[in-house]
Amino acid sequence: MGALSAYGLRIERRRCQIRAIRKRRELTRIVNRTEGISESDVLAFVTIRNELRRLPFFLEYYRQLGVRHFFFVDNGSTDGGPEMLADEDDVSLWSTSNSYRRSRFGTDWLNWLKLRYGVGHWTLTLDPDEFLIYPFCDSRPLLALCDWLDQSGARSLGTMLIDMYPRGPLEEVEYQTGQDPFELAQWFDSGNYMISKNPRYGNLWIQGGPRARVYFPTEPEKAPSLNKIPLVKWDRRYVHVSSTHMLLPRGLNLVYDEAGGEKMSGCLLHAKFLDTLVDKAAEEIERREHFAGGREYDAYHAARSEPDGLWCQWSERYIDWRQLELLGLMSKGNWA
Amino acid sequence: MSVGFVMLAHDALDRAAQVARVISKAGCPLVIHVDARVGKEFDAFEKKVAVLQGVTLAPRLACEWGTWALVQASRDGAEVLLRSHPELGHICLISGACLPIKPLGELVAYLERHRNTDFIESVTIEDVPWTKGGLSEERFTLSFPFPWREKRRLFDLWVETQRLVRRKRRLPEGLSPHMGSQWWCLTRATLEGILTDARREELDRYFQLVWIPDESYFQSLVRLYGTRVESRSLTLSKFDFQGKPHVFYDDHLPLLRQSSAFFARKIWPGANRLYRAFLDRKSVTAPVARISPAQIDRMFIQAISRRTRGRAGMVMASRFPRTDCESALTAAPYAVFHGFDEIFRDFPGWMRTNSGSRVHGRLFDLDRARFCGGQTGYAGAMSDSAALRDYDPQQFLRNLIWGTRGEHQSFLFSASDAQDICGFLAADRNADISVVTGAWALPLLRSGKPVAGIRAEAARLQQSEADFVDILRERQTRARVRIWSLAEFLERPLDPLQEIVDSLSGADTHLLVRMPEFKSMEGLPGFLQSLRNAGMSPHMAGEINEEIMERELGLFAKVAR
Repeated sequence: MGALSAYGLRIERRRCQIRAIRKRRELTRIVNRTEGISESDVLAFVTIRNELRRLPFFLEYYRQLGVRHFFFVDNGSTDGGPEMLADEDDVSLWSTSNSYRRSRFGTDWLNWLKLRYGVGHWTLTLDPDEFLIYPFCDSRPLLALCDWLDQSGARSLGTMLIDMYPRGPLEEVEYQTGQDPFELAQWFDSGNYMISKNPRYGNLWIQGGPRARVYFPTEPEKAPSLNKIPLVKWDRRYVHVSSTHMLLPRGLNLVYDEAGGEKMSGCLLHAKFLDTLVDKAAEEIERREHFAGGREYDAYHAARSEPDGLWCQWSERYIDWRQLELLGLMSKGNWA
Repeated sequence: MSVGFVMLAHDALDRAAQVARVISKAGCPLVIHVDARVGKEFDAFEKKVAVLQGVTLAPRLACEWGTWALVQASRDGAEVLLRSHPELGHICLISGACLPIKPLGELVAYLERHRNTDFIESVTIEDVPWTKGGLSEERFTLSFPFPWREKRRLFDLWVETQRLVRRKRRLPEGLSPHMGSQWWCLTRATLEGILTDARREELDRYFQLVWIPDESYFQSLVRLYGTRVESRSLTLSKFDFQGKPHVFYDDHLPLLRQSSAFFARKIWPGANRLYRAFLDRKSVTAPVARISPAQIDRMFIQAISRRTRGRAGMVMASRFPRTDCESALTAAPYAVFHGFDEIFRDFPGWMRTNSGSRVHGRLFDLDRARFCGGQTGYAGAMSDSAALRDYDPQQFLRNLIWGTRGEHQSFLFSASDAQDICGFLAADRNADISVVTGAWALPLLRSGKPVAGIRAEAARLQQSEADFVDILRERQTRARVRIWSLAEFLERPLDPLQEIVDSLSGADTHLLVRMPEFKSMEGLPGFLQSLRNAGMSPHMAGEINEEIMERELGLFAKVAR
């Protein structure tokens, strides 16, 4: 990489930081319980909009893994979600009615909160429908993973987003508040992913899965990105550039080995494809606040007539992290 | 006779205190050295261990990783123990992150049976596989006054300088350098020998400037004073490829239960289940069959190989090898048949029967990926969409081969297919490519269209095929390649088929009894001639000998009709 492009990235990183600092004015504090955070706590940062049904399981899942404090930014929920969160002891909550899109899909808001509260901590930046799976997650808490990453000199953990879906149309599932979404959406695509390297940021660009297969079979370039780097030991110089797909400085994106070996990596199980999506799609097509004008929601609408939904006869049923490891969707690396 | 312990603690002092309590309860004296760099945590720790019988705290030194202070702390600790406890037969060096994985009584009894044995891993430099960074012998012949962790640049600069002037420190006389794990268990006699050595000052001066002296001081001196050295550590500890210790967690409980070692290191401080299982007497279960150290080793060796070599032919979020770093681009061998489906009817079916391979149709057909049996998708939920496939054809093929591990795959290929995959096929060691050139003429012949109308198409196909063959014939091609012209192939069709089947089934015992059925090739020589007459030379098809054609095709045409 030349000095010029390095300088270009530096400028871009500074610009992201300035944006984040400027956008802090859009956030109104509802509850701030951050004084209770201790030095080694793992923190989670989330933007929500009308996710009440999902929140109880989300909190339960990450509390059990060992997340000690949650930072939520509520973007105009009307379903009582923020009120519910405000009562939780390990949640700090901000709210904003400004544009999600103009905050680069919440990235600016969360960058600010991480700069303010996350420096020196391992931080998880998540959507409320993303569930982190990492090697040995059934027996080793998140803190063990973070200690190990610290010891290995790693500052970030790479993951792939795996779209989980039910068999049959989404309208027919009934997700209950507090339920494990993967009791319903238990299927996934195990081996149809495409990977290339983004020369500018150094991150891998992964596409594929059921959305490419069903929504974009003729326009694969429009299929959503599945590469994510949600777990980062935060530093004041760091910014997420666009969602959690990539970060600056560039070195944080090098979560993969180029000499043939495998670094340790995880998966984010994506519980998007439930009946919750049906209403959301209708709303988002009107609202146009999502990536690339929410073209994904358009495609979803167009493809909803399929009788099996996203399911096909080659779909794989989810069992545990060891299965994902064997399938080559994540890796233990040298963690034994 | 009994055993005393020296413990070096750096962090997670709560856990160290827990282990100290257990050692104290077992009636063994213990000296604990806490790194002077530990801050406020120390006071609470001091209070906790002050009440324990037989536990003393040593004066604190700052112990940077790999420095002399570690040797000094352990030696001072041992000296105190030997002086104040004349009954001790052995001294054992452990760390604060060590966990006794057997009752201490077993260790005492074991040492009672081996009164004169020193347990310390002690290996000559030539036999040590774990040194990295080119520093094995140089650990002893250069000097290392700068800490590696804190002053890396100075450290490297000093090493380079010494190499430049070819410095070679003289070893103290009679010393033969040995290395090994820093966790040992030595006899009183050996330690007293080391402590009262007349040349102690000289040896100290020497070892103070050796790199990582805690892995070589006792390991070398034991060779001078030990009577019976058993070169193994009583502490189970494993190192990964970067030289950092593997950490044990709750899920390692069964493994640790079955280990033949007495201690394990290092334990993650949050491993509640491990600490409960081994320190809480009540929960001790019946002893289990011992597994060999080799079996435990294997697990850690696998982890290292996963990290350094990975699974070939698979790419993922944390593995994306540069092309020059991967010898096989796919996960398993597969075969490509170019042109065969134009010559034979149901070639995939015939091939499947004779070789056992899963034979797909034209995976790179312009309309869609033609998976076997006309399926619209395949293993791993692959799509048959041509656009998806052409978006990343290499990954398409890699996915297919990875997703069907355990079953050999083959597919048909043709000059009229999407050609972007050609370079990848040629570069892949796993590809077995059989080509009949000029077979593109057959569908044109059978189309019955006038030559003037298909001449341009024929030229395009021939060019596309010639480009593919050129790539296959390049020197850097790693695929296994066989090429016949249509003319050659038709002269003796059985031999090439036999050769292919033999190489796929890996044996040459299977004699072909049934040829696949020929498709109609009537008028082929005439057709090629009319192409020539139209000004296009179908050279890839070769010189078709009309007589042989008659004979061969006459023979098979009957079956075909």
